[in-house]
Amino acid sequence: MPSSQSRSMPSPVTLSVNGSPVAVPAGATVAVAVAMAGKACRTSVSGEPRGPLCGMGICFECRVSINGRRHCRSCQIVCEPGMEVKTEVKANG
Amino acid sequence: MAAAVRTAECGVRVGIVDDNATFGGQIWRGGTPDGDAVKWHGLLRDADVTKLYGKRVFHQPEAEVLLAEGADDICELRYTNLVVATGARERFLPFPGWTLPNVMGAGGLQAMVKSGLPIRGKRVVVAGTGPLLLVVAAYLRKHGAEIPIICEQASWSSLARFGAALFGYPDKISQGRQLRKELAGVPFVANSWPLAAHGGQSLESVTISRSGKTDVIPCDYLACGFHLVPNVELPLLLGCQIRGGYVQVDDFQQTSVKRVFCAGEPTAIGGVELALVEGQIAGLAAAEETAEARKLFGERRKARRFAALLDRTFRLRPDLKDLPSAETIVCRCEDVPYSRLQEHRSWRAAKLQTRCGMGPCQGRVCGPATQFLFQWNPDSVRPPVFPVRVESLAGVGKSGE
Repeated sequence: MPSSQSRSMPSPVTLSVNGSPVAVPAGATVAVAVAMAGKACRTSVSGEPRGPLCGMGICFECRVSINGRRHCRSCQIVCEPGMEVKTEVKANG
Repeated sequence: MAAAVRTAECGVRVGIVDDNATFGGQIWRGGTPDGDAVKWHGLLRDADVTKLYGKRVFHQPEAEVLLAEGADDICELRYTNLVVATGARERFLPFPGWTLPNVMGAGGLQAMVKSGLPIRGKRVVVAGTGPLLLVVAAYLRKHGAEIPIICEQASWSSLARFGAALFGYPDKISQGRQLRKELAGVPFVANSWPLAAHGGQSLESVTISRSGKTDVIPCDYLACGFHLVPNVELPLLLGCQIRGGYVQVDDFQQTSVKRVFCAGEPTAIGGVELALVEGQIAGLAAAEETAEARKLFGERRKARRFAALLDRTFRLRPDLKDLPSAETIVCRCEDVPYSRLQEHRSWRAAKLQTRCGMGPCQGRVCGPATQFLFQWNPDSVRPPVFPVRVESLAGVGKSGE
């Protein structure tokens, strides 16, 4: 059964995550783009990889840098074409 | 939304401010085809209301003024009457491996899928407590996910009592039937909860406890939430009285602070029906249409009874206090393990000694967890009520001049 969203799916948006291009559905959040790129969002203070937990802007686990601005909550920000996203991962990233 | 629409209908000047990129909160995020959602979105669209979204209120520099941070600016909001509808968040409980990527809240994963995350063909274990688990499982399945199991920590007997009490709520029964149809073939187990999540860089499997036995289930995601906790940080900042974790309100939804009203989950976890009726009452009361507001009291009484029923049914069992091991991280912002918290007697002592609750989420995740694990009560809230940019803080002084 097609959902109401997929019926009129607009063209995807392309942005970069850690320098590699990622195409996401229009309206997707940056957290989704990071997940689709197969990356963790950040490294915790003791060095663990972390990804989104709450999905609603409360837990701050999905922090990434967007167009040079650090600590953006990626689950609250909609992808725009050409956005440059960098995960806040220490070492090899 | 309901408050804004109802107040605007009374010819009062109204503005609505939302932290999210769209209105409708977490439940109506991403345009659900639900009849009520369509109705209220339409009413708000057509109402004479100033709409601000993507703005997060973080400070009250003086009475009747709030400051909110947007993407690139801060704005000053002046009001005579204020309706606070900050909603709820999921309660998370720590267990070994819960910090692995792809272990998410149940609502958290649903929000991600609503925001475009592809879930087709993924295996998702759904666990925790509360009706949200079923809603999320049905949603994920509809979008192509495979749900090997739904683990509900409540007991069968408690769920049976809940089922029997639902006879007073025909809407809930039909919702339940619909969910059962959508989840046909998906095992739903009571007396069951996650013991540990396993994986290297990301989740690979989950160990669950199931009526005393353990089971390892390979999966791509664990969607795990333990019912909801109200977002009371802003009401606390405004000086509203809180009792038992909830904002205290009078018959007209007015808090202990005059002309500050509160509606929805911060007053009781009752779902969208309670939020809608309380929002309408608050909006009408703010516009001084008390007679109109009174007409909704009966509906509210019924919705509040349902909230109390939810609270009884999905109360956390004490066994869950034993989930964390010594090394399990409880405060995810500052990576404070369970063993370091055990040494302390209060939330404040733990904060001072371990930095628990002092990271960017400001205890929003570990606060409710430690409240359950250690019966600690978070104390005061200080501005900024959310982390903001330094420029925004610098702007606070300027706007006060």
